[in-house]
Amino acid sequence: MKGKILKSLSVNLALLFCFFAPAVSAAEEIIISGSTTVLPIMQKAGEAFMAVNPGISLAISGGGSGNGIKALNEGLCHVAMSSRDIKSSELEQGSARNVKAVRTAIAVDALVPVVHPENPITGLSAEQLRDIYTGKIRNWKELGGLDENIVLISRDSSSGTFETWETMIMMNEKVVPSALLQASNGAVVQIVAKNRKAIGYIGFGYLDASLKKLSVNNVEANTETALSNTWPIARELYVFTNGAPAGGVKKLVDYLLDPQKGQQAVKEAGYIPLQK
Amino acid sequence: MKSSQGRLTRFVLAGLAGSSLLFLALIVLFLFMEGLPIFTLLTASDFFLGMSWYPTANPPDFGIFPLIAGSAAVTLVASGTAIPLGVMTAVWLAEVAPASMRRIGKPLVELLAALPSVVVGLFGMVVVAPLLQDYLGVDSGLNLFNAGLMLAMMSVPTICSITEDALQAVPVSLREASLALGATRWETTVKVVLPSAASGIGTACMLGISRSIGETMVVLMVAGGASLLPLSLFDPVRPLPASIAAEIAEVSFGGEHYHALFAVGLTLFMSTLLFNLVALRIAGNSAEKG
Repeated sequence: MKGKILKSLSVNLALLFCFFAPAVSAAEEIIISGSTTVLPIMQKAGEAFMAVNPGISLAISGGGSGNGIKALNEGLCHVAMSSRDIKSSELEQGSARNVKAVRTAIAVDALVPVVHPENPITGLSAEQLRDIYTGKIRNWKELGGLDENIVLISRDSSSGTFETWETMIMMNEKVVPSALLQASNGAVVQIVAKNRKAIGYIGFGYLDASLKKLSVNNVEANTETALSNTWPIARELYVFTNGAPAGGVKKLVDYLLDPQKGQQAVKEAGYIPLQK
Repeated sequence: MKSSQGRLTRFVLAGLAGSSLLFLALIVLFLFMEGLPIFTLLTASDFFLGMSWYPTANPPDFGIFPLIAGSAAVTLVASGTAIPLGVMTAVWLAEVAPASMRRIGKPLVELLAALPSVVVGLFGMVVVAPLLQDYLGVDSGLNLFNAGLMLAMMSVPTICSITEDALQAVPVSLREASLALGATRWETTVKVVLPSAASGIGTACMLGISRSIGETMVVLMVAGGASLLPLSLFDPVRPLPASIAAEIAEVSFGGEHYHALFAVGLTLFMSTLLFNLVALRIAGNSAEKG
């Protein structure tokens, strides 16, 4: 919350600055708003971008994909970050105000279910995963594993990772209350690595040798399947601009797509880069 | 000259004391302002007695009863462990141990209080949890029992140190009178010293308990985080402070979830306030007697 207040404060300050200081400095101001899933990429890439483009300053804030696209339609921001495609209703709202949202994919967010390395299970179907997380399946025996209770690890419901899991696996059914809700990918890794009965899900970037990744619907989790859209728990992350990117916004989008620059930030944030 | 200096000092001190009171008042005011709006959305009984906490579902559920139960259970386990341990350690230090041991022992116990809570939490997560899983066969070592144990570790120093002070404050003449009447040392401790230090011990316990209700980092790391009514000692729980800490970073400013979390904070504030008032009252009673 503190971060958000600070960010929105900085937006306000930046707006004020635009009012009072155009004569002092000709700095171009790009206002960016939207998905908290995309936010870490933008924050990492944004700092480096401003360092090499001193004439452009970025004001970045979260608020969710829907709010970002709404702000773009209302002319309140230049770039909307989104973890989903734009809805037809949102396109209509934009065209009513002469705004034409143009989509650019910048990264792939892929989640992988993980278990303890000693767990004999190697893969599950999306339905089985949903049944585990809704509490219908409670014992590994029902899945062909050992006769042990399943210890469910999930993420706090306000995180972007949970949102991805909720839309792609849970189909908006509720996660059973007995799930242990953890505040970070790191905590999930830590717990699953130390508990033979546990199952959790993490971003691809957090996989390590202390965990065993599961296949889903018989698809192996790796960068290729995630990029080719065959991995069932992957989605593209987008930025939307009003019309094709131009001027400073184009510089920013090009920077984000540069394999040596923005795409490195994508990797650091735990997502899969689109370009190598 | 001298008196004007004295007046100045008094003025500055009063100002400083007043400003800390002012801060407290502002914080309380802010808590109420941000927490109360949630009750325009749902009734107090839906909030306090509701059984499910799904703050981001559509439509959201804001029932905090499992969270209250989690906090209460953790506090109960923590005080059940810390009070006997703390009081008995204090009795040993004050009544049994030779003076040289007391000089080493008391600072050592108080040193426990200097452990940062994140270190205690890490210890619970990395050392205690796997032990519980391996030796007791529980499903997850991150549970009520583990959290209670870690909180007890943090409140023992408070309880022990204040109890020891209370025991030291019992006049030597009382002990000597009891011994002169032929009572053994054990009888003197149990029937004379402990009862006359009772109010001090009570204050110690209340302060220890209010510390475990409000402690956040440990329960966030060790309690498991499941918003479940605990039915066994080894069930995972999600105490009130853990919910606030885990969720507040991502809520949208001024939304329902935001107000709900402030109302959770308000609940927490009220309960620690209650324990502190009880502690104050116990201490007040003893002052009247003394």
